[in-house]
Amino acid sequence: MQKKVFQLLVDNTSGVLSRISGLFSRRGYNIESITAGTTSNPAFTRITIVASGDEAILEQIEKQVGKLIDVRKIWELEPDSSVYRELILVKVRASDKDRQPIVSVSDIFRAKIIDVDKDSMIIELTGNQSKIEAFLDLLGSYEILEIARTGIAGLKRGSEGVIYPDSIG
Amino acid sequence: MLGADAMARCLVKEGVRVVFGYPGVAICPFFNSMLSVDIDRVLVRTEQNAAHMASGYARISGEVGVCVATSGPGATNLITGIATAYADSIPLVCITGQVDSGQLGSDVFQEADITGAVESFVKYSYLVKDVEDIPRIFKEAFHIASTGRRGPVLIDVPIDIQNASISRFVYPDEVNLRTYKPTVKGHTVQMKKVIKAISRSERPIICVGGGVLLSNAASEVSDFAHKYGIPVVSTLMGISVMPTDDPLYFGMVGNNGKSYANRAMNESDLIIMIGARVADRAISQPDLIMDNTVLVHIDVDPAEIGKNVGPHIPLVGDIKAIFEEITKYEAQCDCSEWVKTLSDYKAAEKSRKKPREGFVDPAVFIAMLSDRLKDDAIYVADVGQNQMWSCGYHKVKKGRFLTSGGMGTMGYSIPAAIGARAAAKDRQIVAVCGDGSFQMSMMELATMQQHKLPVKIIIFHNGYLGLVREYQYNVYKGHYSVVDLSGSPDFGKIAGAYGIPFYRMDDMKDAGKILDEFLASDDPALMEIMIDPLDVVK
Repeated sequence: MQKKVFQLLVDNTSGVLSRISGLFSRRGYNIESITAGTTSNPAFTRITIVASGDEAILEQIEKQVGKLIDVRKIWELEPDSSVYRELILVKVRASDKDRQPIVSVSDIFRAKIIDVDKDSMIIELTGNQSKIEAFLDLLGSYEILEIARTGIAGLKRGSEGVIYPDSIG
Repeated sequence: MLGADAMARCLVKEGVRVVFGYPGVAICPFFNSMLSVDIDRVLVRTEQNAAHMASGYARISGEVGVCVATSGPGATNLITGIATAYADSIPLVCITGQVDSGQLGSDVFQEADITGAVESFVKYSYLVKDVEDIPRIFKEAFHIASTGRRGPVLIDVPIDIQNASISRFVYPDEVNLRTYKPTVKGHTVQMKKVIKAISRSERPIICVGGGVLLSNAASEVSDFAHKYGIPVVSTLMGISVMPTDDPLYFGMVGNNGKSYANRAMNESDLIIMIGARVADRAISQPDLIMDNTVLVHIDVDPAEIGKNVGPHIPLVGDIKAIFEEITKYEAQCDCSEWVKTLSDYKAAEKSRKKPREGFVDPAVFIAMLSDRLKDDAIYVADVGQNQMWSCGYHKVKKGRFLTSGGMGTMGYSIPAAIGARAAAKDRQIVAVCGDGSFQMSMMELATMQQHKLPVKIIIFHNGYLGLVREYQYNVYKGHYSVVDLSGSPDFGKIAGAYGIPFYRMDDMKDAGKILDEFLASDDPALMEIMIDPLDVVK
């Protein structure tokens, strides 16, 4: 099993997300995370999918997704030439005694404390997945109440930008 | 024990008496295992009708209807039947064979993503990936189909799962579905509000829908109406909650309903909708009735409440459970004046314009037919003019009226009637269809003969797709397009080919005598009645 990060540029039509998720379930592909958001051109949506499977499956995923009418472009974000980021929000139980050590761990990871309550706090962290896993690992000695993760967003390094296909054509 | 044996055993555990289906390689292990259990297997002639038969069976037996098809085209052929059941909230479990699970997604022979394809028409669906899950999944499927708002559930079973050995077969006693807990009991506070609203009302009306029948609550609702003398109207799906000649019953509402029924809705100051969706064909302008009216909406599905109209008093729960409870409260209500007003409206209703001489008058024919049917007869109407006339002129005594309401699926009546017969072998069953809808399901005459599930079939022959022709007459000024049914077969010869006695009625002369002969025995029979090609419902 390997993982690949695919980036898609799709027409911003209603139902495009369900067409893509339907394709994954129909063909039995594994999806680890999916994020979607508008781009600087409102006619398009950028979708980042982390998929897993063997080499042949990952190749099929790229081809089958690329074949969908609404999908303008699909390409792999290769780890060496791309940056990936994910945002997580973690709510941990934090008594008076725990609060300071948690803040220290958060500082090391450059995480932000965004809410503090009498006996809990919410921490925001952005980073690549290994950083996030390491952070969650360290927080493991405290009681984690809730976690929300956005899934990966990514971009290719370098000055090459996305050239939007003609939005009418 | 194989997965297929486990599937058959699950059906036995659920008390299934009959399955309607059509085999293919991908479902063969299951059909082989069915040889060793005591469940009838009905071979249909096309899969869509397996779902319709299961629907007719479910509606009459009160049990879950079961239909079975193979992978690929077998499964996709089921879809219209599943959608029809979904639209009318009929409890079905649909079992489909699937290709080898290792090959899923690779477009092998007869592969179709049926769980994906039926997503919008099922209450839930399963793709079985582990043979050990079979007992749990079947238990859940039957539970989901038959509780809350009823509906179809599909189970897709790959052939290798059917052929895999199951280590231990234990059928669960109960389900454990954390996210599915339909409300059964009504909220006491809401029930008290309903009672209070009735006490304040001078002109209350109860509008019953198909949900009352699905909840098996017709007698409870009828008793409630009689306790306070509240008049009752029904939607298309609510026909047969009350006998037609009940003095408190004022017919079907909607754009194809009785004018006095619609007038009753418009003039009332309290509408109690029970198991009805407030759908477009029943109430075309929900806002209008809300102006001076208090609306109570009683339904098992909380999502129906406020979907088409925002009620003043919502009451969620199983209708039978609610009406067993609500009778314990006392309302003050005297609406005899109001009932008298409605009775006057009803008496003043003009009778339908007579069709031209030399044809059978559908309204008169249906009334004569109703008079001759046994009290508990099941009348299945198809879709089209025949359906609208049936709604208008069939007189329900203690029987049932079945039709495809929400989806309006042509060809429903014959398979649904055959399914109803499988549920009630001692009851008289009549399927009424047009010459268009008959030809959509006439292959099932073979199923009827093969499995000895006789029903009486009546074809309203006008040589047109009548209701569409009527629409084109009204909207397109009589420019008819693709509604002419020339080329239809000689229905007498069709009946003869299947070995079914045939009757034909050209006009109203001898109508009574022909009907008597047609209905005399319990054998199957086909009757063609010749109606005016230009006759209209309204």
